[in-house]
Amino acid sequence: MYMETSDEILVARAANGDGGAFRSLLQRHYATIFRLGFRVLGNREDAEDLAQDICAALPRKLATFKGHARFTTWLHKIVINAARDLIRRKQATRRKASGWGEAEVLRRNEAVETKAELDWLSNAMTTMPQDLRETVALVLGEDMTHGQAAEVLDLSEGTISWRMSEVKKILRGIAKKEEML
Amino acid sequence: MSDELDKLKAAMQSADAKVDEAAQMRAIDAGMEAFEENFQGSADDARLTREQTRWWALISRGVIDMLKPLTSRQILMATASLATIALAVVLTGQYNAPNYETGEVFAVSEAKIDALGRERAAIDGEVAVMVFESAEMAAAPVMSMAAPSPMASSRLLGVADALFEAPKLYQQTTERFPDVDMNPLKITAQDPVSTFSIDVDTASYAFVRSSILGGNLPPSDAVRTEEMINYFAYDYPVPARADIPFTTSITIMDTPWNPDTKLLHIGIKGYELAIEDRPPVNLVFLIDTSGSMQDKDKLPLLVNSFRLMLANLQPDDKVAIVTYAGNAGTVLEPTEASNKAKILESLENLYAGGSTAGQAGLRQAYALAEQMADGNEATSRVILATDGDFNVGISDPEALKEFIADKRESGVYLSVLGFGRGNYNDALMQALAQNGNGTAAYIDTLAEAQKVLVDQLGGALFTIAQDVKIQVEFNPAEIAEYRLIGYETRALNREDFNNDAVDAGDIGAGHTVTAIYEITPVGSPAVMVDELRYGTDEVGGLNTGEYAFLKLRYKNPGEEVSNLITTPILPNADAGLGGEAQFAAAVAGFGQILRGDTLMHGWEISDARALAQASKGEDRFGYRSELITLMRLAESLN
Repeated sequence: MYMETSDEILVARAANGDGGAFRSLLQRHYATIFRLGFRVLGNREDAEDLAQDICAALPRKLATFKGHARFTTWLHKIVINAARDLIRRKQATRRKASGWGEAEVLRRNEAVETKAELDWLSNAMTTMPQDLRETVALVLGEDMTHGQAAEVLDLSEGTISWRMSEVKKILRGIAKKEEML
Repeated sequence: MSDELDKLKAAMQSADAKVDEAAQMRAIDAGMEAFEENFQGSADDARLTREQTRWWALISRGVIDMLKPLTSRQILMATASLATIALAVVLTGQYNAPNYETGEVFAVSEAKIDALGRERAAIDGEVAVMVFESAEMAAAPVMSMAAPSPMASSRLLGVADALFEAPKLYQQTTERFPDVDMNPLKITAQDPVSTFSIDVDTASYAFVRSSILGGNLPPSDAVRTEEMINYFAYDYPVPARADIPFTTSITIMDTPWNPDTKLLHIGIKGYELAIEDRPPVNLVFLIDTSGSMQDKDKLPLLVNSFRLMLANLQPDDKVAIVTYAGNAGTVLEPTEASNKAKILESLENLYAGGSTAGQAGLRQAYALAEQMADGNEATSRVILATDGDFNVGISDPEALKEFIADKRESGVYLSVLGFGRGNYNDALMQALAQNGNGTAAYIDTLAEAQKVLVDQLGGALFTIAQDVKIQVEFNPAEIAEYRLIGYETRALNREDFNNDAVDAGDIGAGHTVTAIYEITPVGSPAVMVDELRYGTDEVGGLNTGEYAFLKLRYKNPGEEVSNLITTPILPNADAGLGGEAQFAAAVAGFGQILRGDTLMHGWEISDARALAQASKGEDRFGYRSELITLMRLAESLN
C-alpha cells in the first residue's frame, strides 16, 4: 500500500526542519548531481567539488523551491548554474581550463575501452561551446526529451532542437577532419 | 536519432564516471552540516504565542530608546555584523551608499549609530534604524541573493521605528508579521494529540486583501490561514439556549487538493445575542494621533468608522476617547452614547501631528475604563486604534503585554484595530489583543469598518465563552498522518489543555470559528512517511472505527474553572453543513497556496476559486463574492 515518498514531500519535510528527509534527498540525488556535473565539466575532481558545494547549499536553496516544477528539474537547473559559475571562476583566475581537455583524467576510468574512443569524445566535447555541452549532457547524458532539457535550461524546445543539430554539424566536421588525416 | 549523436551518447555513457562513495559521503556530511546550521534554534517551544520575541528582545535592549528622539523616515541603518551589511545591500538592490537627499539606504555598524544619528539629527532630525539579529542574518544574505524569497524578506521586517511618510520601499520593509513556520505533517503513531487555542481574529484576511488589491501577493508570513477562514461567518447550527454558549459541528469531507486524504472540519457557532438584549458597554477609544496617522486611510477612515459604530450603540452605552502621541490626553470624558453630538464633535476634532511620545496614554485609557465600570453591570473595553506605533507610554513591549494581561483579569478587555499600510505592526497587535481577551482586526476600507464595528459588533463586544481550547486525539489505527491548517501562532502544549491558568482565545456572541485538519487514513496512497520496518503493530486496539476524539474546553465569562465537552469523530461524520464546509475548504486552500504550502499537489488558486464559487451560498453581505474577486486578481498576480 505504501509508495515511495515523493521528492516534493521530502522537500516539504526538509524545509520544515526534518533532517532525515533531507538526508534521503541527498542520498537519492547525489549520483544525479555528480553525473551531470561530470558531463558538463569533464573532470572528476571538479564534479565532486561541485556536488559537495551543491549539497551544502541545498538547505538554504530549498526555501526557494516552490513546487511549480518537478524537484529533479529544479535540481538539474541548480547543477547547470553551479557548473557555469565554476567554469567562470576558473576562467577568471586564468587557470587553464581543465575538464574535457584533459584526456588522462578520463583514462583512469576503466569503463573506457579504447584510447581512440576517449580521444574522440574528449575532442568532440572540447570543440563544442559551453551551451552545446550543457545541452548534450542533458539530452544524451541524462536521456531527456528536448522539452525537458528546455525546461531545465529555461529555453524553448526549438532552441534545444537547433542546438542538437549544431552538435551534429560539429560531429560531422570532426569526422571529415578524421577522414582527411 | 542520427549516427553521430548515437555515437556521442554511447561514448558519453561508457566514459561515465562512477560515484566515489567516499566523495558522496563527504558531500552528504557537508549537506547535513549546512542543514543543521540552517535550522538551529528555529524549533521554538509550542505555547500560545504571546510574543514574537526576536524583535522585542532587541527593542528592549534600548537600541530604540537611544534613537527615539531622532524619529525618522529616510535612512535605514542596520546594526550588528558584516553579514548584516551585506544583507541591507541585498535588500535594497541598487542602494549601497547613503544619500541624504533622496533617502536611500545604507548600513552601518552598531557603534556608528549614535554618531550617525546625531549627525542626521543636525540635518533634519530624522533617522530610522533597521535592527537585525546578527546570528540570523549570517544565513540570510545568500538566500536572498539567490532569490528574494518570502522567508528571507520576512527577516527584514524588524524595523525599529515608525517610518513617517516613508517611500514605498520602506513602507513594505517596516511591516512586521510573526515569523512562524507552517504546521508540519504529524505522524499519528508518534504524535497523536494536537492542541490549539481558537482564533477569532480576522486581521490577516483584510491585510491580504489590501495587498492583492494593491497589486502584490502578500508576503507569506502575513497570511494566517485560520484568520482568512474565520473572516467569514458560516451558517452553522445555532445554539438553542443561552446556557449552551456554542455548538460544535463535525464533518469529514474529501480534500479538494488531494483525492487520498480527508478534511476534518470543526465548526463552532456562538450563541447570538439580540441587540436589544445585550447589556450596556463602556468603550474607551485609545487613538493614535501620531504624525503617521494623517494619511487618508488612517485617521480619517478611523473617524468615519467610529461614526458608523456610534450609530449602532444603545443609548445607555458610554464612550470616552483618549489619544496618544501628538496631542495626548483625554479628549472626551465618559459620555452617554445618546449624546451623539458631543461624541461626534470630539471625534472630528482629532488631528494627527507631531511625534511626541504620548504620556501614559494606555494607563489613562484603562483608568477611565475602570472608572466607567465602577458601580454598574456594563462590560468595559479599550479599543486601541493605531497604524503600528505603540508609543503608548509603556515602552517595553513585554511590560506592555503584562499590563494588558493584568487588566484583563480585572475585567477590562482590549481590542485592537489596525489602520493603514507602511509600518503596520501585525505581530504586536495580534499579541496585544490576544493578551487582552480581544480581537485584532485590520481596517482598510469603510466596508470593513462596517463589518467589524457594526455587523459583528455583538461578537466584538460580548464574550460568551473564554479560553476556548481544542484538543484532538487521533486514532493511529485509523489515521496515519494529519496536519492542522493554520493556527500556527495558536499552538498550545498538550498539558496546557487541562491547565485553566493557560490563556486561550475567546468566542464572541454570534461568532463562528472553524478549524480544519487534513488527515490521511491508514492505507491511503497519500501516506508520506513509510512504516517502520521494526515498529510494532500494536496501534490503537481500542475504539476501532473512530478517526479521532475531540475535546473542547471553555470557561463561562468571568469564571475560573473550565467546562469540558468531548465527542468521538467517526469516519462518516456529517453535520449537514453542505456548501458551508466546502467554502471554508476553498478559503483554506487559497490561504495555504498564498503561504507557499508544498503539499497542495498542483491545486491552484483557480481551483480554489471554482470551489468558492460553487459553494458561495446566499452571501448576504457580499463578503464571499469579494473573496472570489480577490482570488481572480491573485491568479493574475501569481
